[in-house]
Amino acid sequence: MAAETPAAPTSSIRPEGAQRSLEERGNAPVVAPANDPNSMANSVRDAAMAAALTFVLGFFFLGVRSDFAPGGLALEFRWGLLFIAVAIIFVARLLLNIFVFRTTKPLTQRMGSTFKGVGAGGGLGKWLGRALFAFALVLPFFFTSFFPGQSRQYIDLAILIMTYIMLGWGLNIVVGLAGLLDLGYVAFYAVGAYSFALLAQYFDIGFWMALPLAGLLAAFWGIILGFPVLRLRGDYLAIVTLAFGEIIRVVLLNWYEFTGGPDGISGIPKPTLFGLEFKRGEGGFADFFGIPFDNIHRFIFLYYIIFVLAIVTNLVTLRLRKMPVGRAWEALREDEIACRSLGINTTNTKLTAFALGAMFGGLAGSFFATRQGFISPESFTFLESAIILAIVVLGGLGSQIGVVIASVVMIGGIEMLRNLGFLSQVFGPGFEPTQYRMLIFGVAMVLIMVWKPRGLVSTREPTAVLKEKKRIGADMVAQGEGH
Amino acid sequence: MVSASQSAATAAAPMPGAPRNWDVNPVLTVEHLTMRFGGLVAVNDLSFNVGRGDITALIGPNGAGKTTVFNCVTGFYKPTEGRTVMRHGDGLLQDLVEEVTAGGLRSVQMGDRAVFLLERMPDFEISHHARVARTFQNIRLFGGMTVLENLMVAQHNVLMKASVFTIGGLLGLPRYRIAEKAAREKAVYWLERTRLIDRADDPAADLPYGDQRRLEIARAMCTEPHLLCLDEPAAGLNPRESQELNALLQFIRAEHGTSILLIEHDMGVVMEISDHVVVLDYGVKIADGDADHVKNDPKVIAAYLGVEDEDEIDIPEVKKDLSTAGKPAGQDGGVA
Repeated sequence: MAAETPAAPTSSIRPEGAQRSLEERGNAPVVAPANDPNSMANSVRDAAMAAALTFVLGFFFLGVRSDFAPGGLALEFRWGLLFIAVAIIFVARLLLNIFVFRTTKPLTQRMGSTFKGVGAGGGLGKWLGRALFAFALVLPFFFTSFFPGQSRQYIDLAILIMTYIMLGWGLNIVVGLAGLLDLGYVAFYAVGAYSFALLAQYFDIGFWMALPLAGLLAAFWGIILGFPVLRLRGDYLAIVTLAFGEIIRVVLLNWYEFTGGPDGISGIPKPTLFGLEFKRGEGGFADFFGIPFDNIHRFIFLYYIIFVLAIVTNLVTLRLRKMPVGRAWEALREDEIACRSLGINTTNTKLTAFALGAMFGGLAGSFFATRQGFISPESFTFLESAIILAIVVLGGLGSQIGVVIASVVMIGGIEMLRNLGFLSQVFGPGFEPTQYRMLIFGVAMVLIMVWKPRGLVSTREPTAVLKEKKRIGADMVAQGEGH
Repeated sequence: MVSASQSAATAAAPMPGAPRNWDVNPVLTVEHLTMRFGGLVAVNDLSFNVGRGDITALIGPNGAGKTTVFNCVTGFYKPTEGRTVMRHGDGLLQDLVEEVTAGGLRSVQMGDRAVFLLERMPDFEISHHARVARTFQNIRLFGGMTVLENLMVAQHNVLMKASVFTIGGLLGLPRYRIAEKAAREKAVYWLERTRLIDRADDPAADLPYGDQRRLEIARAMCTEPHLLCLDEPAAGLNPRESQELNALLQFIRAEHGTSILLIEHDMGVVMEISDHVVVLDYGVKIADGDADHVKNDPKVIAAYLGVEDEDEIDIPEVKKDLSTAGKPAGQDGGVA
């Protein structure tokens, strides 16, 4: 690099691309000071260049189209489309230049700081959390009163989101607090689900009995996984956890006599309310309370089960953070060697993190089994692990409220993208919006990570305060192994 | 040959008759410690004592193996050969040392006296049970945690016990609340001692360099060590901060009776506060004694001035020493 640009000594220590992007972002005031009279002219020139490039590139893709014609192919020119594209690029680039690239106060920065104030700033963050909690508490009745027609659909979606919130909180212990990158978290979800399904199938055990057993079994498997990965760091840790997740799934798939293999397990019992089943007729929930039977009761009940489970996960995590073991997790994320020099048994500390995270995954898994009534290994693929991890990373490692926001955005967002019928009015009747939802989703994720690379809520709240609680910026907090 | 030169150095103490504290009342004894990394011998057959209540300095040119000795003592390396004995309780405790060595044990405790063989213990137990705390040459703080949290993490084992392995703490037992309060008080005490009390709620990574050094010492002291090992505590400090460090170390020794073993390049610090100086060069001990003795030792001067050839040496004692004892530096495993 130094050989290419001998005149610029800085470029030998910094890649050229990095330098250019810095200039474009306006972080280098020498290039584009805010009050520079050339700034506007430069912005226009830059936008014009971008528009010219668009014209050159777009000419063949948009401007010209080959079409069938008598005697072969004919070229059809679409100048209108081409010039619309060029105009869009010009205006967008100009606006970006004016508001983001060539100003000392980029709009993105201001948006970032506003959001920090909302999501993380002590008071507002707390109020946001309380508001979300209050809404979650009355959510089923909100939907049954205001959207009676679609309430079942919405409550079902809320159950799904709540399941992912719980999984995200569970994984947050391992990844966010202890800093151990776990790519196979879905394994514990599967262990929990299959524990309950098999216990119900072979021993006829109900949901409430099986729930703690499923949690314990998952924690046990967390410790089993924990042992071999204790010595591993970084990428190796991630790969082994990934392999573990796949092993569990493949075993479930191939152990046909015991787990039913790809056929899965069906007829998993529904949870009861102190022995009351949610069924029509004699002895059911509706009959006992003398209200007319409605299928929605069962959904509301399921919602409250997962709500309570998730809240328990959150409370336990929040409380553990202020316990010695929680502080040791975070210290482990910051510096493992320093931990050992202070007499902390890092082996046990990692194992407790794995076991606890696995236990909450297992509890969520057995809830999943009872909600679905049917499970098969297909539900526990690597994609699930990736989604849960994405929720944790997107929300901000170690942040509880971040996980909630990310779950609502990701899981709710994917579902909401199914209802994009209005888009077909824009793009013509041939446009099928659901086919694009993963694309839109991917672009949204990339944008969020560019905008907030450390997740939506990236500041850390201290666990012990002497005089004044000061939140700790993400740039200080270590990310632990494998990031 | 090596041990001959070592015994020669020890014998040349200024007061041969008076028993020295580190010989009769050692808190730590390092015996025949050897550490090899493949073909490289970083430390070769090193023996020295650290006296109880003393400030002992381990000095030597770069690459002499000082940090390797630290890592062996604190369990971060398993020494290739040798024995490291940590004692709780006055005297040589010879009976206990023999009992624990012969019995293949890690440690033995009798009343308030105890003996630990550090080379048999994992690193975290050395800190927890043998009560050896350390700091690092390149500071290792928990940067994303506040200053106060750093000191709370250091009291992990005490709090863990008080919280009945977290379960009691989760249930909110009063015992844990009392222990947590005591831990905070101890943290505040050390923050006041190290003048960091105003920064208690700031992230550790935000502190200036000198403050980070002091915080690391405060954190190590929160584990209530019997022996505090400091790896270049004065590195990067300005003269005023160095003076403060001296005062802090002397305070620690005087008020808490903690023995201190430190690696240091700043001779001002070493000569001013050390009771006992051990000099290493190429993994071998070349001098051992009090500060005045070491300061005038020709081999030490030669090692620090980097004398390479006999012809260049114009100090008669060094010439004599080198011709009788050989060149300890050149022949010990070829440490580069």
